[in-house]
Amino acid sequence: MTTNRIVVGAHYGLRDWLAQRISAVVLLVYMLVLLGAVVFTPELSYFTWAGLFANVWMKVATLMAVFALMWHAWVGIRDIYMDYIKPTGVRLFLQVLTVVALAGYAFWAVIILWRI
Amino acid sequence: MTDLAARKARPQYRNIGVSQILSYRLPIAGIVSILHRISGALLFLFGIPFFLYLLQQSLTSELSFINYSAIVGSVLGKLVLLVLGWAFLHHAIAGIRYLLLDRHVGIEKASSQLSAQIALGVSLLLTLVFALKLFGVF
Repeated sequence: MTTNRIVVGAHYGLRDWLAQRISAVVLLVYMLVLLGAVVFTPELSYFTWAGLFANVWMKVATLMAVFALMWHAWVGIRDIYMDYIKPTGVRLFLQVLTVVALAGYAFWAVIILWRI
Repeated sequence: MTDLAARKARPQYRNIGVSQILSYRLPIAGIVSILHRISGALLFLFGIPFFLYLLQQSLTSELSFINYSAIVGSVLGKLVLLVLGWAFLHHAIAGIRYLLLDRHVGIEKASSQLSAQIALGVSLLLTLVFALKLFGVF
Protein backbone atom coordinates (compact mmCIF):
# COMPACT_ATOMS: atom_id res chain seq x y z
CA MET A 1 0.00 0.00 0.00
CA THR A 2 2.67 2.49 0.98
CA THR A 3 4.71 1.68 -2.14
CA ASN A 4 2.21 3.67 -4.22
CA ARG A 5 2.96 6.86 -2.36
CA ILE A 6 4.64 9.67 -4.27
CA VAL A 7 7.88 10.87 -2.69
CA VAL A 8 7.08 14.53 -3.44
CA GLY A 9 3.38 14.23 -2.60
CA ALA A 10 1.49 15.47 0.40
CA HIS A 11 1.71 13.71 3.74
CA TYR A 12 -1.69 12.16 3.09
CA GLY A 13 -3.12 13.57 6.24
CA LEU A 14 -4.78 16.36 8.05
CA ARG A 15 -1.65 18.09 9.32
CA ASP A 16 -0.79 20.36 6.38
CA TRP A 17 -4.43 21.17 5.70
CA LEU A 18 -4.83 22.22 9.34
CA ALA A 19 -1.49 24.08 9.44
CA GLN A 20 -2.59 26.08 6.39
CA ARG A 21 -5.70 27.27 8.21
CA ILE A 22 -4.16 27.90 11.63
CA SER A 23 -1.30 29.88 10.08
CA ALA A 24 -3.87 31.85 8.06
CA VAL A 25 -5.65 32.87 11.27
CA VAL A 26 -2.32 33.81 12.91
CA LEU A 27 -1.49 36.00 9.90
CA LEU A 28 -4.92 37.65 9.87
CA VAL A 29 -4.66 38.50 13.58
CA TYR A 30 -1.10 39.84 13.14
CA MET A 31 -2.12 42.04 10.19
CA LEU A 32 -4.99 43.50 12.24
CA VAL A 33 -2.62 44.14 15.19
CA LEU A 34 -0.11 45.83 12.84
CA LEU A 35 -2.86 47.90 11.20
CA GLY A 36 -4.17 48.93 14.62
CA ALA A 37 -0.68 49.84 15.85
CA VAL A 38 -0.04 51.99 12.75
CA VAL A 39 -3.45 53.68 12.90
CA PHE A 40 -3.02 54.54 16.59
CA THR A 41 0.51 55.90 16.12
CA PRO A 42 0.08 59.70 16.08
CA GLU A 43 2.89 60.46 13.65
CA LEU A 44 4.68 57.84 11.57
CA SER A 45 8.41 58.55 11.57
CA TYR A 46 11.54 56.42 11.87
CA PHE A 47 11.45 56.74 15.67
CA THR A 48 7.81 55.81 16.19
CA TRP A 49 8.06 52.96 13.63
CA ALA A 50 11.33 51.54 15.00
CA GLY A 51 10.00 52.16 18.50
CA LEU A 52 7.02 49.95 17.76
CA PHE A 53 9.27 47.11 16.61
CA ALA A 54 11.63 47.63 19.56
CA ASN A 55 8.92 46.29 21.90
CA VAL A 56 9.52 42.67 22.87
CA TRP A 57 5.86 41.77 22.31
CA MET A 58 6.04 43.20 18.78
CA LYS A 59 9.23 41.28 18.00
CA VAL A 60 7.69 38.05 19.28
CA ALA A 61 4.43 38.66 17.40
CA THR A 62 6.31 39.50 14.19
CA LEU A 63 8.46 36.38 14.44
CA MET A 64 5.37 34.24 15.06
CA ALA A 65 3.78 35.80 11.97
CA VAL A 66 6.94 35.21 9.92
CA PHE A 67 7.05 31.51 10.86
CA ALA A 68 3.31 31.19 10.20
CA LEU A 69 3.85 32.85 6.81
CA MET A 70 6.65 30.48 5.85
CA TRP A 71 4.62 27.40 6.76
CA HIS A 72 1.53 28.84 5.05
CA ALA A 73 3.46 29.68 1.87
CA TRP A 74 5.10 26.26 1.84
CA VAL A 75 1.79 24.38 1.90
CA GLY A 76 0.24 26.66 -0.72
CA ILE A 77 3.16 26.68 -3.12
CA ARG A 78 3.55 22.90 -2.82
CA ASP A 79 -0.16 22.56 -3.67
CA ILE A 80 0.50 24.56 -6.85
CA TYR A 81 3.49 22.35 -7.76
CA MET A 82 1.44 19.20 -7.14
CA ASP A 83 -1.26 20.47 -9.51
CA TYR A 84 0.88 21.68 -12.41
CA ILE A 85 4.35 20.10 -12.20
CA LYS A 86 4.16 16.40 -13.01
CA PRO A 87 7.77 15.13 -13.44
CA THR A 88 9.03 14.01 -10.01
CA GLY A 89 12.56 15.39 -10.53
CA VAL A 90 11.40 18.87 -11.55
CA ARG A 91 8.88 18.99 -8.70
CA LEU A 92 11.49 17.93 -6.14
CA PHE A 93 13.91 20.56 -7.48
CA LEU A 94 11.29 23.32 -7.19
CA GLN A 95 10.28 22.13 -3.73
CA VAL A 96 13.88 22.24 -2.51
CA LEU A 97 14.32 25.70 -4.06
CA THR A 98 11.16 26.88 -2.26
CA VAL A 99 12.21 25.47 1.11
CA VAL A 100 15.64 27.11 0.80
CA ALA A 101 14.06 30.44 -0.18
CA LEU A 102 11.55 30.34 2.70
CA ALA A 103 14.21 29.34 5.25
CA GLY A 104 16.39 32.20 3.94
CA TYR A 105 13.51 34.69 4.25
CA ALA A 106 12.81 33.56 7.82
CA PHE A 107 16.50 33.97 8.73
CA TRP A 108 16.53 37.41 7.08
CA ALA A 109 13.50 38.44 9.16
CA VAL A 110 15.26 37.31 12.36
CA ILE A 111 18.31 39.43 11.46
CA ILE A 112 16.16 42.50 10.73
CA LEU A 113 14.37 42.24 14.09
CA TRP A 114 17.56 41.34 15.99
CA ARG A 115 19.19 44.68 15.14
CA ILE A 116 16.52 46.94 16.57
CA MET B 1 -34.40 17.82 -32.86
CA THR B 2 -33.14 21.40 -32.98
CA ASP B 3 -32.69 21.01 -29.27
CA LEU B 4 -30.32 18.12 -29.79
CA ALA B 5 -28.37 19.99 -32.49
CA ALA B 6 -27.94 22.96 -30.19
CA ARG B 7 -26.73 20.69 -27.44
CA LYS B 8 -24.17 19.09 -29.77
CA ALA B 9 -22.79 22.51 -30.69
CA ARG B 10 -21.75 23.20 -27.11
CA PRO B 11 -17.98 23.09 -26.58
CA GLN B 12 -16.64 19.97 -24.93
CA TYR B 13 -13.51 19.78 -22.87
CA ARG B 14 -12.30 16.21 -22.65
CA ASN B 15 -8.67 16.99 -22.05
CA ILE B 16 -8.05 20.36 -20.48
CA GLY B 17 -5.33 22.35 -22.26
CA VAL B 18 -3.67 25.67 -21.46
CA SER B 19 -4.70 27.12 -24.86
CA GLN B 20 -8.37 26.76 -23.93
CA ILE B 21 -8.16 28.79 -20.71
CA LEU B 22 -9.77 31.91 -22.18
CA SER B 23 -12.77 30.01 -23.53
CA TYR B 24 -13.71 28.50 -20.17
CA ARG B 25 -16.72 30.07 -18.54
CA LEU B 26 -15.82 30.01 -14.87
CA PRO B 27 -18.52 30.49 -12.25
CA ILE B 28 -17.90 33.38 -9.84
CA ALA B 29 -16.62 31.01 -7.13
CA GLY B 30 -14.16 29.62 -9.68
CA ILE B 31 -12.91 33.13 -10.47
CA VAL B 32 -12.40 33.85 -6.76
CA SER B 33 -10.61 30.50 -6.45
CA ILE B 34 -8.14 30.97 -9.32
CA LEU B 35 -7.48 34.57 -8.20
CA HIS B 36 -6.79 33.21 -4.69
CA ARG B 37 -4.15 30.95 -6.21
CA ILE B 38 -2.67 33.65 -8.47
CA SER B 39 -2.55 36.21 -5.64
CA GLY B 40 -0.91 33.62 -3.36
CA ALA B 41 1.75 32.90 -5.97
CA LEU B 42 2.36 36.65 -6.46
CA LEU B 43 2.73 37.15 -2.71
CA PHE B 44 5.25 34.31 -2.49
CA LEU B 45 7.28 35.28 -5.57
CA PHE B 46 7.38 39.07 -5.12
CA GLY B 47 5.54 39.98 -1.91
CA ILE B 48 7.74 38.26 0.67
CA PRO B 49 11.12 39.52 -0.66
CA PHE B 50 9.74 43.01 -1.40
CA PHE B 51 8.12 43.49 2.02
CA LEU B 52 11.12 42.04 3.87
CA TYR B 53 13.34 44.51 1.97
CA LEU B 54 11.00 47.38 2.89
CA LEU B 55 10.94 46.21 6.53
CA GLN B 56 14.74 46.15 6.58
CA GLN B 57 15.06 49.60 4.99
CA SER B 58 12.42 51.11 7.27
CA LEU B 59 13.90 49.70 10.50
CA THR B 60 17.70 49.60 10.14
CA SER B 61 18.53 53.32 10.57
CA GLU B 62 17.29 56.86 9.96
CA LEU B 63 19.28 56.88 6.74
CA SER B 64 17.77 53.65 5.45
CA PHE B 65 14.33 54.97 6.48
CA ILE B 66 14.86 57.83 4.02
CA ASN B 67 15.64 55.23 1.36
CA TYR B 68 12.46 53.36 2.33
CA SER B 69 10.44 56.58 2.01
CA ALA B 70 11.93 57.19 -1.44
CA ILE B 71 10.99 53.69 -2.64
CA VAL B 72 7.46 53.90 -1.27
CA GLY B 73 7.14 57.45 -2.61
CA SER B 74 8.16 56.61 -6.19
CA VAL B 75 5.54 55.89 -8.86
CA LEU B 76 7.02 52.45 -9.59
CA GLY B 77 7.08 51.63 -5.88
CA LYS B 78 3.45 52.69 -5.54
CA LEU B 79 2.40 50.55 -8.51
CA VAL B 80 4.18 47.51 -7.03
CA LEU B 81 2.51 48.22 -3.67
CA LEU B 82 -0.86 48.51 -5.41
CA VAL B 83 -0.55 45.13 -7.16
CA LEU B 84 0.76 43.39 -4.03
CA GLY B 85 -1.87 45.23 -1.96
CA TRP B 86 -4.63 43.81 -4.16
CA ALA B 87 -2.99 40.37 -3.97
CA PHE B 88 -2.96 40.51 -0.17
CA LEU B 89 -6.50 41.87 0.17
CA HIS B 90 -7.97 39.34 -2.25
CA HIS B 91 -6.01 36.47 -0.68
CA ALA B 92 -7.03 37.48 2.85
CA ILE B 93 -10.73 38.06 2.13
CA ALA B 94 -11.15 34.99 -0.10
CA GLY B 95 -9.25 33.13 2.63
CA ILE B 96 -11.78 34.21 5.28
CA ARG B 97 -14.51 32.89 2.93
CA TYR B 98 -12.71 29.52 2.71
CA LEU B 99 -12.38 29.37 6.50
CA LEU B 100 -16.15 29.89 6.75
CA LEU B 101 -16.81 27.26 4.06
CA ASP B 102 -14.60 24.87 6.03
CA ARG B 103 -16.87 25.51 9.00
CA HIS B 104 -19.81 24.59 6.69
CA VAL B 105 -21.04 28.18 6.72
CA GLY B 106 -22.80 29.03 3.43
CA ILE B 107 -22.02 25.90 1.45
CA GLU B 108 -25.31 25.94 -0.46
CA LYS B 109 -25.05 27.00 -4.10
CA ALA B 110 -26.86 30.32 -3.77
CA SER B 111 -25.11 31.46 -0.59
CA SER B 112 -21.68 30.39 -1.85
CA GLN B 113 -22.24 32.37 -5.06
CA LEU B 114 -23.27 35.36 -2.97
CA SER B 115 -20.23 35.08 -0.69
CA ALA B 116 -17.96 34.78 -3.76
CA GLN B 117 -19.45 38.01 -5.14
CA ILE B 118 -19.01 39.70 -1.76
CA ALA B 119 -15.37 38.51 -1.48
CA LEU B 120 -14.57 39.78 -4.98
CA GLY B 121 -16.39 43.07 -4.42
CA VAL B 122 -14.99 43.83 -0.96
CA SER B 123 -11.39 43.08 -1.98
CA LEU B 124 -11.70 45.32 -5.06
CA LEU B 125 -13.33 48.07 -2.97
CA LEU B 126 -10.58 47.91 -0.31
CA THR B 127 -7.96 47.91 -3.10
CA LEU B 128 -9.58 51.09 -4.44
CA VAL B 129 -9.42 52.69 -0.97
CA PHE B 130 -5.77 51.60 -0.71
CA ALA B 131 -5.05 53.08 -4.16
CA LEU B 132 -6.66 56.42 -3.20
CA LYS B 133 -4.60 56.49 0.00
CA LEU B 134 -1.45 55.49 -1.90
CA PHE B 135 -1.79 58.26 -4.49
CA GLY B 136 -2.61 60.86 -1.88
CA VAL B 137 -6.30 61.50 -2.47
CA PHE B 138 -6.90 61.48 1.30
